[in-house]
Amino acid sequence: MKLPADVVSKKNGKHTIQPLSDPKIEAKDLDFFYSEKKALSDVTITIPSNRVTGLIGPSGCGKSTFLRCLNRMNDIIPGTRVQGKILLDGQDIYAPDMDVVQLRCRVGMVFQKSNPFPKSIYDNVAYGLRVNGWKDRREIEAKVEQSLRHAAIWEEVKDRLKSSALDLSGGQQQRLCIARALAIQPEVLLMDEPASALDPIATARIEDLIQELKKDYTIVIVTHNMQQAARVSDFTAFFYLGQIIEFDRTEVIFTNPRQQRTEDYVTGRFG
Amino acid sequence: MSSQSAALPRSAGARFWKELLFQIVCIAILAGALLILALLLTSVVVDGLSRLGWEFLTGYPSRFPERAGVLPAVVGTLYVMLLTAFFSFPVGVGAAIYLEEYAEKGGFGLGWFSRLIDINIANLAGVPSIIYGLLGLAIFVRFMALGRSLLAGALTLALLVLPVIIIGCREALRTVPDSIREASYALGATRWQTIRHQVLPMALSGILTSTILGLSRAIGETAPLITIGAITYVAFVPDSLLSPFTVLPIQIFNWVSRPQAGFHANAAAAIAVLLPMLILMNAIAILLRNRYQKRHSQ
Repeated sequence: MKLPADVVSKKNGKHTIQPLSDPKIEAKDLDFFYSEKKALSDVTITIPSNRVTGLIGPSGCGKSTFLRCLNRMNDIIPGTRVQGKILLDGQDIYAPDMDVVQLRCRVGMVFQKSNPFPKSIYDNVAYGLRVNGWKDRREIEAKVEQSLRHAAIWEEVKDRLKSSALDLSGGQQQRLCIARALAIQPEVLLMDEPASALDPIATARIEDLIQELKKDYTIVIVTHNMQQAARVSDFTAFFYLGQIIEFDRTEVIFTNPRQQRTEDYVTGRFG
Repeated sequence: MSSQSAALPRSAGARFWKELLFQIVCIAILAGALLILALLLTSVVVDGLSRLGWEFLTGYPSRFPERAGVLPAVVGTLYVMLLTAFFSFPVGVGAAIYLEEYAEKGGFGLGWFSRLIDINIANLAGVPSIIYGLLGLAIFVRFMALGRSLLAGALTLALLVLPVIIIGCREALRTVPDSIREASYALGATRWQTIRHQVLPMALSGILTSTILGLSRAIGETAPLITIGAITYVAFVPDSLLSPFTVLPIQIFNWVSRPQAGFHANAAAAIAVLLPMLILMNAIAILLRNRYQKRHSQ
């Protein structure tokens, strides 16, 4: 099942949003293997710049795997293999001359389970800067503050920057992880179910934050929560059994999907 | 509902007694072990008490039991331990880091090779220590011509404890969750930066513990050192890496095998010196571990 980018753009031709005029990431015929097991097949998708793209689908459908392909996070899992292309601003990220470290600076990531380092709040945010060669203390300080403000957590932590990040609540830890990712000024932010372990209030804060962030970043978010996908994303891709079944503007996916399986999933008939 | 509440007290009672019985058995076993240890220690201290004293600690071996001391053996033990730690710690930690962080995760495409190393290290940990002595004799004493020296002894013991240290360090590295590694990589850190700034600090307490455990094994070894020719009558404190040496276990072994009762008392006293050294080392390990645990894993 293929739904190449041009179909979507034709379909959306008369809409005000022109999603594919400004593509940030393009995946082309992407296959992915864990040893022998094929986890993604023939994934082709164009992710627009400065928009939120949601990836939905039942567990094990490959949406997280796809997300982790976008910053080559799967590289560190032994025995994985990729076929096909992923272009970031037209540049193949799986090309042999691609610098993975630099790629990950451009494509940041927030994980499902908040994973702050067992260090101070300040050091958590400063770490990404330091490993990327920032030396000047005042510059680092300024950037840390800016990132924490950007992630809407500055007011809560400004008086205890030196205390351990592990003392924060779950929602605060996740916003700290977002701040940490923002500090190195990525162009794309990948979020793997960033709110799945949080209570509704913390979830709402993260969702508000995502709306704020899309002004400056291209965001790709995996979510299990259909309402969340409907609330936060501009475009939604439905994954099933390692394939993209349908990719379109979010309101089309949720109100008028063209595939029966998409409709069954978003209306809760399976999954 | 009623049948449940009727059944509850009976089964809870039976479980309560089983629980209590199990606790009593566990405590009895522990008490038995501690009692035997206490008996051994008392008997050693009682036997050696007449000899324990400043003169014993600062004296040199002698033909006359009442004049003999353990200074060369104590100093030899300290030197051998320091040198063994110096050789085995960096190599052990380095090997563990390679096997845990690089080899498995697609390091240089040498998966089969690292698995081979893996199996060998596990086997080496179980090889009798006298075999290491023979190896040390052939390589360090003869081939490298280090003679029956402090250096040869320390290198031999370093080989002996390396498998223990490597296995312990790998265990410690494995306790660092992958989510931390991923978080670090996602921020554009290289593999080495991730290891240096995140993995090693978190694993440090485990690494130190396994190193000290390995060294505690080395401090009590006699067989490999006798094999490489550590001598038992050393009337001087070793003054260079290549000087002959002795260590406390060898001194004890030597005195125990003498016929005179006076030397037996000396042996007991020497044991009473060795034990506090061992306890001191373990105490340092625990202190270090607690310090790093507090700092890194609240």
